[in-house]
Amino acid sequence: MTADMLSQDLTLLIPEILLACGAMALLMLGVFLKGEGANRLVQWLTVGLLAVAGLAALFAMTGEGTAFSGGFIFDSLARFSKVAIGIVAAIAMLLAMPYLQAEKLGKMEYPILVALAAAGMMMMVSANDLISMYMAIELQSLALYVLAAFNRDSLRASEAGLKYFVLGALSSGLLLYGASLVYGFAGATGFNEIAIAVESGPTVGLIFGLVFVICGLAFKVSAAPFHMWTPDVYEGAPTPVTAFFATAPKFAAMILLARVLVEPFGGMVEQWRDVIWILAVLSMGIGAFGALTQTNIKRLMAYSSIANMGYALVAVAAASQTGMWALLVYMVLYMISVIGSFGAILSMRTREGMVEQISDLAGVAQRNPGLGWSITALMFSIGGLPFMVGFFGKFFLIYAAVESGLLILAVLAVLFSVVGAAYYLRVVKTVWFDEGEVEFVPAALSIYWVTRLAGLATVALLPVVGWVVYRAVSVGLTVL
Amino acid sequence: MLASLAFWAFSGVAILSALMVVIARNPVRSVLFLILAFISAAGLFVLLGAEFLAMLLIVVYVGAVAVLFLFVVMMLDVDFAELKQGFLSYLPLGGLIAIVLAIELAMIGMSWQSAPQAEALRAAAMPEGMTNVEALGTVIYDQYVYFFQIAGLVLLVAMIGAIVLTLRHKEGVKRQSVTAQVGRDRKTAVEMLDIKPGQGIGE
Repeated sequence: MTADMLSQDLTLLIPEILLACGAMALLMLGVFLKGEGANRLVQWLTVGLLAVAGLAALFAMTGEGTAFSGGFIFDSLARFSKVAIGIVAAIAMLLAMPYLQAEKLGKMEYPILVALAAAGMMMMVSANDLISMYMAIELQSLALYVLAAFNRDSLRASEAGLKYFVLGALSSGLLLYGASLVYGFAGATGFNEIAIAVESGPTVGLIFGLVFVICGLAFKVSAAPFHMWTPDVYEGAPTPVTAFFATAPKFAAMILLARVLVEPFGGMVEQWRDVIWILAVLSMGIGAFGALTQTNIKRLMAYSSIANMGYALVAVAAASQTGMWALLVYMVLYMISVIGSFGAILSMRTREGMVEQISDLAGVAQRNPGLGWSITALMFSIGGLPFMVGFFGKFFLIYAAVESGLLILAVLAVLFSVVGAAYYLRVVKTVWFDEGEVEFVPAALSIYWVTRLAGLATVALLPVVGWVVYRAVSVGLTVL
Repeated sequence: MLASLAFWAFSGVAILSALMVVIARNPVRSVLFLILAFISAAGLFVLLGAEFLAMLLIVVYVGAVAVLFLFVVMMLDVDFAELKQGFLSYLPLGGLIAIVLAIELAMIGMSWQSAPQAEALRAAAMPEGMTNVEALGTVIYDQYVYFFQIAGLVLLVAMIGAIVLTLRHKEGVKRQSVTAQVGRDRKTAVEMLDIKPGQGIGE
């Protein structure tokens, strides 16, 4: 590799290099400037770093292409995803700061791990080789395991971290086994080379390998039947960590899954569509029915995220350009609603500490109308009630499914979405019509604004949905 | 002839010792058999012409990992006999799953066909006129430098994680301070007292 080739390759990796080097620099800063003030400084700098890395993907780079002998690809899909990941991770970090301070968890390693996890996610959406796919997933998940157990004195958080780690290791094993089979039967690890091998006709070995790879990735997006860890980890992990888990990593893993299925295995659509079909239906069903009996709002969000990944898989199963942009639009709108909902959950702090039961929200709308309205808008949006942005997310992906002739899947998606609406409406009913006297202390500024703005966005973004679709459509065209 | 004899010897010992790892009653013996399996695998690598990997296997796995296992097994008081109880009661279900897996693996084996590129890849495994280390170096630090760097980041995260989750700063622990030790001079370190016979230095 000559020097110019190297510099050309490195320019494609600017966001990742920024994040990795920035995280290391901040680590040094945090180690040498000890104390509460230094922790705050590192947290703020990390928010800035994440946002800059996201914006760097949008503005700083014009070139697109592959780097490092095809291991890394920077295309419009990667650009779109990196912007989303950078911004969402920055917002999740903003939400975390007041919580960490109040719960005395404000160690400087937290933001560093978030930044390194975000670097892993950005590498995931740019993976163009089985090896870089696996390495990026490991970088991301290893940081997330530590974050799940970050509150190490809490038994529940340690349990969540351990459970996540053990099951995550198992899923990595499945993924690697599948990758080794794919390598054995296709003779290459690069996605472009695998695509050539797939074109000459799918073999049993390749299908076997692909199924294992899908299982490993389905665990990362918590699609049923690989969802078992989700409710426990969401409940046990500190709330801002859960907020982070439910957004950026899901997005990155979903984009990676779509890329793996469409790019190297595009020639095997008939084979993998059935697998994704089953995953989608199971996830939507388990998410919808599992959430009905939950009393803890974090567990409710866990089942909600399982169901939402099911809907996103509907768009993947469509395996078309429409499906691709519907997926991007859906995931972006989903992340906005979820990050706002976690802002609302983080506002549930009484004088004694955090509360997490849905019944604690009873009658909040009378005492705190702003929070009540925000929760209402966010729940309506995630539930996909008409004329919130979440509705359009679901609308587009069902449209994509119908266009690809997956009528049964589309009908099931609508039915499960009706079941799902029941529990979102139950939260809204608790907020407005139940009697309760749990008094929340005023939320910190960042939590207040994220919740209000996200709540507002579910309605106010309506004119902007067209723009998001426009951006996403231009992405979809170049991927397929 | 000699090479194939060596192959059978190494692979036979590797399989037998791997079996012994699982069935040995004493966990320390299991680890020792594991080391034997590693050494046999290293022998197989030598036969393949991958001397560097063979040495790496000995240094890293036998020298570090297996010895660490040995320490863990000796230090932790795990009653392995108790862990293995109930083995028989799970045997029918476990055996059934094993049979299903074996059938599936056999199905893959039967459908096996080499990829068109596989032959070429095998032929190009070892460039002419290069040692093992050189060949690996050109691949790892050139073609695969991106993967190598991510591996570095993964290790960094592992290190940060281990420290975050386990390190506790204790108050009031006395630590050695080299600068303070070296910085002492005669004036601060030595005090001359004139003690009368029959008296202590106490007040």
